Amino acid sequence: MTTSNTSAVDYNFNVVRQFTVMTVIWGIVGTFLGVLIAAQLIWPALNFETPWLTYSRLRPLHTNAVIFAFGTSALFATSYYVVQRTCKTTLFGGKLAAFTFWGWQAVILSAIISLPLGYTSTKEYAELEWPIDILIAVVWVSYAIVFFGTLVKRKVSHIYVANWFFGGFIATVAVLHIGNSMVLPVSAMKSYSIYPGAIDAMMQWWYGHNAVGFLLTAGFLGMMYYFVPKQAERPVYSYRLSIVHFWALVSLYIWAGPHHLHYTALPDWAQSVGMVMSIVLFLPSWGGMINGIMTLSGAWHKLRTDPILRFLIVSLSFYGMSTFEGPMMAIKSVNALSHYTDWTVGHVHSGALGWVAMVSIGALYHLIPVLFNQGRMYSIRLINVHFWLHTAGVVLYIVAMWISGVMQGLMWRAVNSDGTLTYSFVESLTASYPFYFIRFLGGVLVVSGFILMAYNMFKTIYAKDNSLKPIDAA
Amino acid sequence: MDYGTLRGLFALLILALFIIIVIWSYSKKRRASFDEIANSILEEDNVTAADNNQAINKDSKQETNNNV
Repeated sequence: MTTSNTSAVDYNFNVVRQFTVMTVIWGIVGTFLGVLIAAQLIWPALNFETPWLTYSRLRPLHTNAVIFAFGTSALFATSYYVVQRTCKTTLFGGKLAAFTFWGWQAVILSAIISLPLGYTSTKEYAELEWPIDILIAVVWVSYAIVFFGTLVKRKVSHIYVANWFFGGFIATVAVLHIGNSMVLPVSAMKSYSIYPGAIDAMMQWWYGHNAVGFLLTAGFLGMMYYFVPKQAERPVYSYRLSIVHFWALVSLYIWAGPHHLHYTALPDWAQSVGMVMSIVLFLPSWGGMINGIMTLSGAWHKLRTDPILRFLIVSLSFYGMSTFEGPMMAIKSVNALSHYTDWTVGHVHSGALGWVAMVSIGALYHLIPVLFNQGRMYSIRLINVHFWLHTAGVVLYIVAMWISGVMQGLMWRAVNSDGTLTYSFVESLTASYPFYFIRFLGGVLVVSGFILMAYNMFKTIYAKDNSLKPIDAA
Repeated sequence: MDYGTLRGLFALLILALFIIIVIWSYSKKRRASFDEIANSILEEDNVTAADNNQAINKDSKQETNNNV
C-alpha cells in the first residue's frame, strides 16, 4: 500500500486527513442525534421540557448533521484524495483547500448552534438561515475552484470516471443551493423565499431531490468508482458502461423532484412528468450498481476475508434496493399509500445508512491506513464487528419502518361504509410504537458501530508509522 | 416557433446526444484506451507497488474482467 512519503508527487493529504477524521466524528454525532429523536418518539419526556431539545428542532439538526457534516465531509475527503491520485498532481489553490475545511466546519458549527435555537427557513434539508447559506455558497465555490483547478493541471491525459461523478456533484450542488436559497432577508436571522406558493414548493423539491441525486448519489458513486476497484484490486467491470451511466444519471435525476409533491397544488402534468422521470431513473441506477458489483466477478472469494470490501459491496446492494423502491414509491397510486408515512423514512434510511454510510465507511477504512502511513487498520476484526453491527442496525431500522409505514398508510385511508374514517390518527400512532422501539434498537447498533470505528481509527493514527503490516489475504 | 415546439426539439436533441454518447463509448476503437484508463488507478506511484501491479495488468487486455 502506498504511503505519502514514498510517492513521487507531493500530495496535499493534510486536508484529506482533516476531513477523514471529522467524517467519523460527525458520523457519531449525526447518528446519535437520530437515536435521540427516535427515542423521543417513544419516550416524549426525553426533550426534558427544554425548547432547544424538542423533536422539531433536533430533527433538522439530525438531517443536517448526517447529510452535510458526515456525508459531505466524506465527499470532501474522498474527492480531494481521488482527484489528486488519479490526476497525479497536488491540489490546486494552495490554502484554498484548507479554507474549505475550516469554512465547512464553521457551517456545521453554525447549524449546531442555530437550529436548536429555533432559527430555520423551514425548507427541508435547507433549514439554515441566510447568513449561513452565504457561507455555504462561498465554501462551495472554493471547493469547485480547488477540484476543477486540480483537474485542469492534471499530469495524465484522461479524467478518470470517479472525477466525472465528483465534478457533476460539485457543480450541480452549487446551482441547487444558490437557486433554492434565494431569499429576502428581513433581519439578521430571518428571511422569506423569493418564490411564491407552489413555485416555492417546486423549487424546494427540485433542490431536495437533487440533494439526494447529486450529493447523496453522484458524489458517492464517484467514491464507488475509485474505492471498489482499489479494494478489489481489479479494474471496474465496464468503463464504457460507467460513461453511459454518468450521462444517463445526470440528465435524468434533475427532473425527478415533483414526485415529492404528488396530490398537492403542483399542476398534475408536472406531477406526472416527475413520476415518469423517476421511473426511468431506475435504469441508470441499476446500471451503476451492476457495474460496481460485477467489478468483483471472478474475485467473489475476497468477500469472505475482507470486511472492507464487504462494506462496499453491501452498500451497492442497498443502493440497488433503494433505487428500486424509490421509483415504485414515485408512482402516484403507490405514493397515495406511502406518502407522509414511516415507509418514506425507511426508504430514506435504506439509502442513507445502507448506501451512503456503508460506501463511505468502506472507503474510509481503505483510506485511513494510506493517509496515516500504515499498512492496514489497527484491527480488521473490529471492522468486521462494525460491519455486522451496522448491517443488523440498518435491517432492523428499515424493516420496522416498512411495516409501520404500510400499516399507517392502510389505517389512514380505511373508511367505514358510511364514509367516516375507521381509525383516528392517534390509533395509528399507538400501533406504531413497537416499530419505533425496533427502529431505536437499530439506531443504537449503528451508533455503536461508529464508536468502534472511531476507536479503530485513533488506534491506527497513533500507532507508530508502518508498524501495522498488511495481512496477505488467504 | 412556440415554446412547446422548441422544448420538443430540445428533448430530441438531448436524446440524439445521448445515443451518440452510447455509440461513442461502445465503439471498438475506444476499447484499448478505456482498458488503460480503468487500469490506471491500480498503478501506484512508488516503484514496488508499480512492479506488483504490472504483473496483474499484463493479462487484463480486454475491457471487462478476464476470468469471468
